[in-house]
Amino acid sequence: MAVTILFLGPLRDIAGEDSREVSAPLDWPGLLDAVSGDVAAQLKEERVNIACAGKVLADKTLLHAEDGDEVALLPPVSGG
Amino acid sequence: MRDIRLLADPFDPSSSLEKLSEASPDSGGIASFIGKVRCGGGVEALELSHYEPLTLPGMDALADAAQERFELGGLVMLHRIGTMHPGDPIVLVAAAAPHRRDAIEAVDFCMDHLKSAAWFWKREKRADGWHWIEPREADHADLARWA
Repeated sequence: MAVTILFLGPLRDIAGEDSREVSAPLDWPGLLDAVSGDVAAQLKEERVNIACAGKVLADKTLLHAEDGDEVALLPPVSGG
Repeated sequence: MRDIRLLADPFDPSSSLEKLSEASPDSGGIASFIGKVRCGGGVEALELSHYEPLTLPGMDALADAAQERFELGGLVMLHRIGTMHPGDPIVLVAAAAPHRRDAIEAVDFCMDHLKSAAWFWKREKRADGWHWIEPREADHADLARWA
């Protein structure tokens, strides 16, 4: 069954896609394997956050996504 | 009055300011900030994207924090998403308060958080295509003032 990885903001351009489905469960090493090397390098940076099932993770390396969860990759923000 | 919204279509900040004023007869002052897409500088369009599960809940939590920190009679926070053009309003923050400093500081507080701690991603279209806008160092320094 599936976990949806969502690429937001500039990560969408780096990934070359909006989203991707991968098999559940998905943890941090699994996520780094599932995305391209360029995206993985971004994910390792402190300023990039991850949300799982609508909650931002305090420690992204503790990611544990179950079937049906959406994992959003959140690059640095710029609003206003 | 509390009005916290994401807007997919163009809006008129002045009508929201009028409503806030009417709804806050006991407040002695209203402060506001309107952010607009710059005219000139080669920007043809600006696009703001968001993440539904986080962006509006984050703005609501920011409004809670502002209302807890300052004595307010009303708070409006409207933020555009989607594609905008030069001159279009992007954001309106307005605060009504019994005393001016609470109103002015609440608007400053909300804007600093919307700039660099809310879930928005901004890109600009110039003659050579789209460019993502990174937060500036100054935006982070502005935010740190409220820690």
